[in-house]
Amino acid sequence: MATRLSPPPSRTSRQKGETLHEGFLRHANFKWAKIAAGLSLLVMVSYMLIDVTPRHNGGSWYGYTLGTIGVGLILWLTALGYRKRRMTDGRWSLKAWTSAHVYLGLSLIVIGTMHAGFQLGWNVHTLAWALMMLVILSGLFGIWVYATLPQALSSNREEMTQGQMLDGLRAIDRQLHDAAQPLAHEQAALVQMSLEEDPFGGGIIARLTGRYPKCATAAAQAGMRRWTGNAPDTGNDPLERVDALLERKQALLAQLRRHLRLRAMLEIWLYVHVPATFALLAALSAHVISVFFYW
Amino acid sequence: MTFEIRRISTTAYGREIIRSSLVEKTAIRIGRAAESDIHLADLAVTPDHVHIEQLDARRISVRATGTLGFDVDGKPVLTAEIDAAKGAELRLGGHRIMVASSEDGAVVLTVQRVEALSDASEEKDEIRSFSLAGTMIGKRPLAWGLALFILLAFLAVPIISYALRPAQDTRNIYAVMKEKDAQKDMVFGDASWSSGPLSRAHHGLEGKCESCHSQAFVSVRDTACKTCHEKVHDHAPLDRIRGARAQPGLGGQFLGGVAHLFGRPGEGACATCHIEHEGAGPMEPTPQVFCTDCHATLSTRLKDTKIGDAGDFGTAHPEFRPLVQVAPGKHPRFDRISLAQKPKDDSGLKFTHALHLSKTGGVARMAQRIGAQQGYGDALACKDCHRPTSDGVRFQPVDMERDCQTCHSLGFETVGGTVRTLRHGEPDQVIADLRAFYRSTGPVVPIQLGGMARRRPGDYAAGQVYHAYFGAVAARPNKADAAIAAVFSKGGACYDCHSITPPGVGSNASWDVLPVHQTSRYFTKGWFDHKAHDTETCESCHAAPTSKAATDLLLPDLKSCRDCHGGEASNSDVPSSCALCHSYHADDGAPWVSSAGVARFDKLRHDAVKDKRGGS
Repeated sequence: MATRLSPPPSRTSRQKGETLHEGFLRHANFKWAKIAAGLSLLVMVSYMLIDVTPRHNGGSWYGYTLGTIGVGLILWLTALGYRKRRMTDGRWSLKAWTSAHVYLGLSLIVIGTMHAGFQLGWNVHTLAWALMMLVILSGLFGIWVYATLPQALSSNREEMTQGQMLDGLRAIDRQLHDAAQPLAHEQAALVQMSLEEDPFGGGIIARLTGRYPKCATAAAQAGMRRWTGNAPDTGNDPLERVDALLERKQALLAQLRRHLRLRAMLEIWLYVHVPATFALLAALSAHVISVFFYW
Repeated sequence: MTFEIRRISTTAYGREIIRSSLVEKTAIRIGRAAESDIHLADLAVTPDHVHIEQLDARRISVRATGTLGFDVDGKPVLTAEIDAAKGAELRLGGHRIMVASSEDGAVVLTVQRVEALSDASEEKDEIRSFSLAGTMIGKRPLAWGLALFILLAFLAVPIISYALRPAQDTRNIYAVMKEKDAQKDMVFGDASWSSGPLSRAHHGLEGKCESCHSQAFVSVRDTACKTCHEKVHDHAPLDRIRGARAQPGLGGQFLGGVAHLFGRPGEGACATCHIEHEGAGPMEPTPQVFCTDCHATLSTRLKDTKIGDAGDFGTAHPEFRPLVQVAPGKHPRFDRISLAQKPKDDSGLKFTHALHLSKTGGVARMAQRIGAQQGYGDALACKDCHRPTSDGVRFQPVDMERDCQTCHSLGFETVGGTVRTLRHGEPDQVIADLRAFYRSTGPVVPIQLGGMARRRPGDYAAGQVYHAYFGAVAARPNKADAAIAAVFSKGGACYDCHSITPPGVGSNASWDVLPVHQTSRYFTKGWFDHKAHDTETCESCHAAPTSKAATDLLLPDLKSCRDCHGGEASNSDVPSSCALCHSYHADDGAPWVSSAGVARFDKLRHDAVKDKRGGS
């Protein structure tokens, strides 16, 4: 039975000056979550109370108001990309800023959709709305992976750094290379195939799914089993040694690939979030200009 | 014969070490096998890969033993002859062998590993390799690419196309559509700017945005509408409209401010009420508020207005003021009088609905007798005399010959099986016919001139001369004047239904029948459609069965309409905005919204009827 050495940290036992780690989501006791929820609620209630004829649309006074708020928010939210490069603390610390970015960004779902009055179609206006939703949803995905994956990343690494993983792979490759020297040419070619495999190759799909169906090391080992499969393990057969090394290499590759998959999940949303943001800014400009060009 | 073999290896710190050895042979072997003269620990090299033979002092031949060749100066070959003095570079797997000759005539082979033994062993940029940066196209080019594409496709293309189109187009859309190559004049790429489909009536303009949005950054003007809608007139004189408009609310003021700031025409422009891009169905009915902005409190601003204030049909609407006939005659006088004052409508006819619609009595009996032939039921019903117009909106005037004469015969004599009738509507002809009758020959039987006198029900349908009045007629002299007086006087055929002025009264020279005018449209400022109400019975609105006077005005009042109709936002069975009955550009036709409204109400009615059937 394990003995608990220290009581779990709780609010009451916290001493003055001692701080628990507080992420951007919980920042200032969910201050920005409350502000954003209040704003969304205000917009939803006013949407229902204010009678716009014939129905809600971006061209009513209410639509203009929401549109202006929406554009302002989008520009400010985009500024996080600039702001994050300059870390400060205090009321407008980067953490506070990020917290506001997340929650006000979520409230844009309500503001943007109510601005449109749920009128969607195949046009540049809906393109802007769709890009906005894409940015928000990719951001949500980002928060989700940030909240859940670092734990998995850490347990997969088993106290190894990335450099150590790569070094481990190199060590096995050197051993494979040496062990394969006495082999016949076609067997040596199989080992060479594994050695020439780029452990970081495979493309984005392989990175995200963690599946490498064309893995040369797996193929090399499968090929090697043709010779080792039926032969007794005599202990001094170089083929057996190569086979064991290939197996170790596969295990190490699997760990590396899990690591790469988790890293890819942590990064991929930004490849949507950031370009979609700039696409949104472009679509937003087209939206605003076109509305006043033909109005 | 000597080969000098130099092996270059690299230390962990990058320093090169060269080991030299001499082989006193004319031919040497190179391969992965340990007994080779030049042993290459390289899995891409076969155990016995190439043989090198010295041909003479300078030349050597290189020959691959298997099918796996080697490279000479980058070119893959199986055999090669090399002049050592001139030199060459051989490549076997990951190793490079430089061929040269030394000063003492030996062939020098310099062996060096040039490739890492595995891919992982190569130099790797750790940050790049472990992140997606090496796998994905960068965020920055992606962002720029997408943004530029969107700006080009959705902004630059339409604007450039707009700028390059022919000078401002003032042609009517029909003219453009008739044109052979209409597409070439149109702005390209602006379809993506449309905020929604146009209404059904404007569907032909879809994709021809510049027909209405004729100037950049200038909102749609009335002139654009009027290129097609040439005959639309204003609701009222402009100064009256200006004076009538109420101060808008805060939201309205803000919108007005924005509109003014951007040069948008304010209230009263076509596009204020007729809102486009709201869906492909019928154009949205004009919302009630566009009317009530002025009409809810009109009397506070236009002190001299005769129009009652109307804010909502369900809660604030004046009582109806139908156009009633206050004085019948040749030149009848009509007046709009509120139903609250219980006005009389005198068409000039003597008639009671109660008598004709009674389920018992002579009329009903008559209907039963001739019903099979005429299509009547057990008693007369409204439809037996009142026939709808072809559009079903109103009713045709009751016609004596068609609707009354089946019972009220004007026949007075039978000649060879043909019944002669008095001419309806032409008193002079009646008098002339009667005189002719007496002039030609003495009547064999007295002619029938009676009207309302009691007779046997059913015996006396159209086309029969009735002989029941021997007594009455026999008492009269068989002279034309007497017959004429009889037909126009009490008990005579005309007198029963018409007001007669005898000769000598006033300035009358002859018998005079008061002309009858039937009103076909009582509500001249509103629109009432009987067809839309055909789920109702006539009696549910018109109290005809109990009406005992011809002058009773049988119109339902505001209250009875409100049984079903309420304001636009009400919970009534049929929420009704102003535009259901009233037209802004008032003319003789139905309000333009009717077709849309009626379609919607049709569905409502359909559902209501279904409910009723389901419930019974």
